[in-house]
Amino acid sequence: MNLIEFPLLDQTSSNSVISTTPNDLSNWSRLSSLWPLLYDTSCCFIESASLIGSRFDFDRYGLVPRSSPRQADLILTAGTVTMKMAPSLVRLYAQMPEPKYVIAMGACTITGGMFNRDSYSTVRGVDKLIPVDVYLPGCPPKPKAVIDALTKLRKKISREIVEDRTLSQNKNRCFTTSHKLYVRRSTHTGTYEQELLYQSPSTLDISSETFFKSKSSVPSYKLVN
Amino acid sequence: MTTRNGQIKNFTSNSGPQHPAAHGVSRSVLEMNGEVVERAEPHIGSLQGIRPAGAHPTRGTEKLIEYKTYLQALPYFDRLDYVSTMAQEHAHSSAVERLLNCEVPLRAQYIRVLFCEITRISNHSLASTTHAMDVGASTPFLWAFEEREKLLEFYERVPGARMHASFIRPGGVAQDLPLGLCRDIDSSTQQFASRIDELEEMSTGNRIWKQRLVDIGTVTAQQAKDWGFSGVMLRGPGVCWDSRRAAPYDVHNQSDLDVPVGTRGDRYDRYCIRIEEIRQSVRIIVQCPNQMPSGMIKADDRKLCPPSRSRMKLSMESCAHHFELYTEGFSVPAPSTYTAVEAPKGEFGVFLVSNGSNRPYRCKIRAPGFAHSQGLDSMSKHHMPADVVTIIGTQDIVFGEVDR
Repeated sequence: MNLIEFPLLDQTSSNSVISTTPNDLSNWSRLSSLWPLLYDTSCCFIESASLIGSRFDFDRYGLVPRSSPRQADLILTAGTVTMKMAPSLVRLYAQMPEPKYVIAMGACTITGGMFNRDSYSTVRGVDKLIPVDVYLPGCPPKPKAVIDALTKLRKKISREIVEDRTLSQNKNRCFTTSHKLYVRRSTHTGTYEQELLYQSPSTLDISSETFFKSKSSVPSYKLVN
Repeated sequence: MTTRNGQIKNFTSNSGPQHPAAHGVSRSVLEMNGEVVERAEPHIGSLQGIRPAGAHPTRGTEKLIEYKTYLQALPYFDRLDYVSTMAQEHAHSSAVERLLNCEVPLRAQYIRVLFCEITRISNHSLASTTHAMDVGASTPFLWAFEEREKLLEFYERVPGARMHASFIRPGGVAQDLPLGLCRDIDSSTQQFASRIDELEEMSTGNRIWKQRLVDIGTVTAQQAKDWGFSGVMLRGPGVCWDSRRAAPYDVHNQSDLDVPVGTRGDRYDRYCIRIEEIRQSVRIIVQCPNQMPSGMIKADDRKLCPPSRSRMKLSMESCAHHFELYTEGFSVPAPSTYTAVEAPKGEFGVFLVSNGSNRPYRCKIRAPGFAHSQGLDSMSKHHMPADVVTIIGTQDIVFGEVDR
């Protein structure tokens, strides 16, 4: 009479009721469709391009490569990051909406790789610029290794707790050290495109001081170095 | 046309560095009159990092090579043009061998030619199909990548790494071909021709393809020679120069090779030349294993090439040679040399200056993409911005070698 039946375990109703927590549900939805940004600087790109190809297809994991950072939630930094490219990378990362994840792919992005010893322009590891979730060694890592890193990232995402994420969002999560820099203004001025515009010849005869004073934002290279 | 009175002036816009089809980091500044590009200026080759947000990464390869021995410098060459990795190793090894005056055994030469042609197919299939993806056709990319995966499997079977193999070393090659490889290469080449036919069927006769490619990005023969183009960019306008035929190295003079040459110098010609070169490379790949003699794969001089591991563990002198070669390296006599090979992208040259020690004094790398990227402006005049990106693709530029 008082049989306690759990409707979930019953065969006929198991496909109409799912019980989970909102945390797990949001984690599951995020990990199943991580959209990576097409970010390719160097040789690791060829291995991540193999993932777009049909043999090691990453669309099976829900990854659809997006060209715009506004639509991406994963950045797979494939290739050496040099000091010239560093501000662009930081800007791309800042343009990605939360929640965002980073897989540092390849030796060059973990520690500088083979360019670690003497290179004058390589950033020794992309974690000096942006916070990294998964480090993937290899030079270049085989596509199967990238899929392994994706699997580990998915497991990491599945363990996330929503409250922790919202708390840490406001803080600066990047590696910081005390430089003797003199930071004048934040980069979030909204006028992003100014530094990237080409100075056409007619503006070259303006002296650089007046030109910079008239701009409202500080060029990003001054902040980086 | 740049006036400040509110009259019409050209609109300058920045294309890159982060761009889905930018083939690495490519930044060019386009000056446009409406939709038509009047001027396109690629911003390449930075020296130091302190510069307004630009694009191209230089990793300091040439400087790093000066601090390494000749064998330790070899992996840097792999990473220059990372699509056709063995071609650059080949150039470096040939340069070192020329300075050393060292004879490479015949079997090693055949293995080198075999792998260089596999590299050529791999490069051309990536180049033409990413170019096709830029134009808009996304299917050839997927088909060609599957072919490339098969070739990368061959790469992996011999030296052990899919891409950066460090296989072609001064004195010969690193390891011998495993058993069964030649048979597998043979059976896969039998299908290559039909894969290439499928690719051609998709694009060559296609009306849309022709409309996007014919008469766009045209280079005349004189311009190509002036700008220093080489490879497919030079053969497009009709200049018949292929280093494998004109200045043969290794066993290319014994291989039966036809060199395709274009007529008009536009993108369509270059695309057709690349497809035809894939077919010619398949021809060489079929001939090589048949002509390959058995024998040594490294020069016999133990002061240059390390002994095999088993011998190293059994004999004292071999152990000493191994130790010397992997710690201090071999010394290379004094003068300098310029050696070039016909890399898939063009003429890849290494100017190696040695001062008699075990480290290069200076190693200047002549990358074909560097010369080709100069032509972006003249090739993209009066075309649309969409064509600029595809012109970068047809020049087959890989920014790893342009910036080093």
